[in-house]
Amino acid sequence: MQINAYPEIVMENVIKKFDDINAVDNVSLRIARGEMFGLLGPNGAGKTTIVNILCGLIKPTSGFVTVGGYSLPKNLEDLKRIIGVCLQETTVYPYLNCEENIELFGGLHAMKKDLFEIRKRLLLTKLGLYNVSRKKVEKYSGGMKRRLSLILALIHDPQIIFLDEPTIGMDPQSRRSVWDFIKELKNENKTIFLTTHYMEEAETLCDRVGIVDFGKLIAVDTPKNLILKNGVNNLEEVFIKLAGRRIRDGV
Amino acid sequence: MNFQRINALTKKELKKTFREPAVLFMIFLFPIVFVLTFGIAFGGLGSTQPVYDIGVINLDSANSSGSAQMFIDALSNITLLHVNVYSDNQTAQNDLEQGKVQAVIIIPATFSQSLSSYYASPNNPKCWMNTTLLLYLDRGSIVATQVISPIVKKVLTSFLNQQAAPSPVNVQIASLIETRQLSAFEFMAPGMFTFASIFLIMMIAQSFTQDRENGMLKRIRTTPITSTEFMTSQIIAYMLIALIQAILVFAAIHLIGFKPQISIPAYLIAFTLVILFSLSNVGFGLITATVSRTSSAATGISFLFVLPQLFLGTFVGTSLSSAAQDACKFVPSYYVTDALTSIFLRKASIGSPAILLDFAITTISSIAVLAVGIILFKKYLKT
Repeated sequence: MQINAYPEIVMENVIKKFDDINAVDNVSLRIARGEMFGLLGPNGAGKTTIVNILCGLIKPTSGFVTVGGYSLPKNLEDLKRIIGVCLQETTVYPYLNCEENIELFGGLHAMKKDLFEIRKRLLLTKLGLYNVSRKKVEKYSGGMKRRLSLILALIHDPQIIFLDEPTIGMDPQSRRSVWDFIKELKNENKTIFLTTHYMEEAETLCDRVGIVDFGKLIAVDTPKNLILKNGVNNLEEVFIKLAGRRIRDGV
Repeated sequence: MNFQRINALTKKELKKTFREPAVLFMIFLFPIVFVLTFGIAFGGLGSTQPVYDIGVINLDSANSSGSAQMFIDALSNITLLHVNVYSDNQTAQNDLEQGKVQAVIIIPATFSQSLSSYYASPNNPKCWMNTTLLLYLDRGSIVATQVISPIVKKVLTSFLNQQAAPSPVNVQIASLIETRQLSAFEFMAPGMFTFASIFLIMMIAQSFTQDRENGMLKRIRTTPITSTEFMTSQIIAYMLIALIQAILVFAAIHLIGFKPQISIPAYLIAFTLVILFSLSNVGFGLITATVSRTSSAATGISFLFVLPQLFLGTFVGTSLSSAAQDACKFVPSYYVTDALTSIFLRKASIGSPAILLDFAITTISSIAVLAVGIILFKKYLKT
């Protein structure tokens, strides 16, 4: 894997307020092209809000954001051509079959037919849905829907990929197969921004990890350095040490 | 504007509509089932006391000083009638065709003479000079055909101080002699098109709120589709659904026996009106979706727009009070039903002022409601 020094994602002093609450509190972050960055945090810490800001879904209250060289929120249309987003919710249309869902998103990205067909076949095969691609999605299991959701995010071969808890609700086999697939994306020099609650996932996949709590980015480093710096055995212990044991309600 | 994106989203919306049994029922089956049930249960007249506009053409040779004028005054004294006196037959017939008046009475030239002969020998019919009062009725109004004629006959009887037949003045219902009597079902038919389309409001509001609830709207917003392309695709999809709905409703009512003998351009205008009307329903649907947090809330709130349109602007409106009929003029569905009634039942020319006016009001109101819906929903999406 090769990480380019060119920053693909830049956040500088970003604040996002919802009423009086700072959901994102003065976050500054640089993610290089080809890097896989993992964002960890308790429920309601601000992870999804950060993803939503970087995808152009919400505007920050203040601060500076560029993604793929496009300044936000000015260049939203350009940004959306180069990003692929797999949201936390399993967002697929249940009354369409798998292929129709993919066709819809190919159409929304105005893909050329031949390229679309190649990508569709490739992704369906890699994520194990090829043989059930004509089945109605409402009959899919939760894990199958998550994998389809991933295909919808990647059908147009985006350079920057946002994966908001991509393996949530998957059985261990499906999770491992998705990890293998994400590793392949990494090898294609894609920039990947991942949020997860699975520490093993972050430790296995990510070049660097950031821990966010109460909207603040409280630590950023490689998983190995975070473990060493905090004198613990694994990333989960780092997380507990920095974010505490108290159960939080979401903002 | 990228048509590939619009096409993709339009196809999705159509598939969604045709594959969801609940949506399919609500849009296509429910209006037909409801209309038939309603037609059977309430096909008759309402119980409110409306005012009927009637026209009178006085051809009586004695004119202003004669019995004809006294008869007109007697008609004017009836609270149920609002009498408009016309000087020529053509204007009166035009107004009748366009639904401005619900009946036209032609008082014959020999009216005063006939009455004079009656008063001279009230008990000797052989001495009477018989005459005929022609009554043209609005074939688009079940009320006109069933109510106005008895009222006129009653006024005439009272005017003659007559206890029973025979009478020197015969009332002849001209338009119903020329054509067969229309059934209650046929009177309601134009309103059925409008009725069916109104339920799009609920479907659109539910569709948008469901997509918002399950995160699909958010997901679509992560793609390069612009809000203009998004709205265009929704409008095209629901216009197509409205067209299919209108064709199905037409096929159903045709099967049951409503077979208007009108030209192809008249059909085209009728279907164009229904499609235009669907724009206002998309607008109301978007307004509902904007203010609704959940799809079940959208169902409830949509009734705020569905019910007034339903009760004031479809076939239900024929039996409303005069105050309610004034309120009808504030709902877009009224103008669509009125124009369709003029086309299908009154057989008015498609270039007639009444149809053009209805067409213009439908177009303007639909575009205005749609614009408000789009503006509100776009604002909502940005927050």
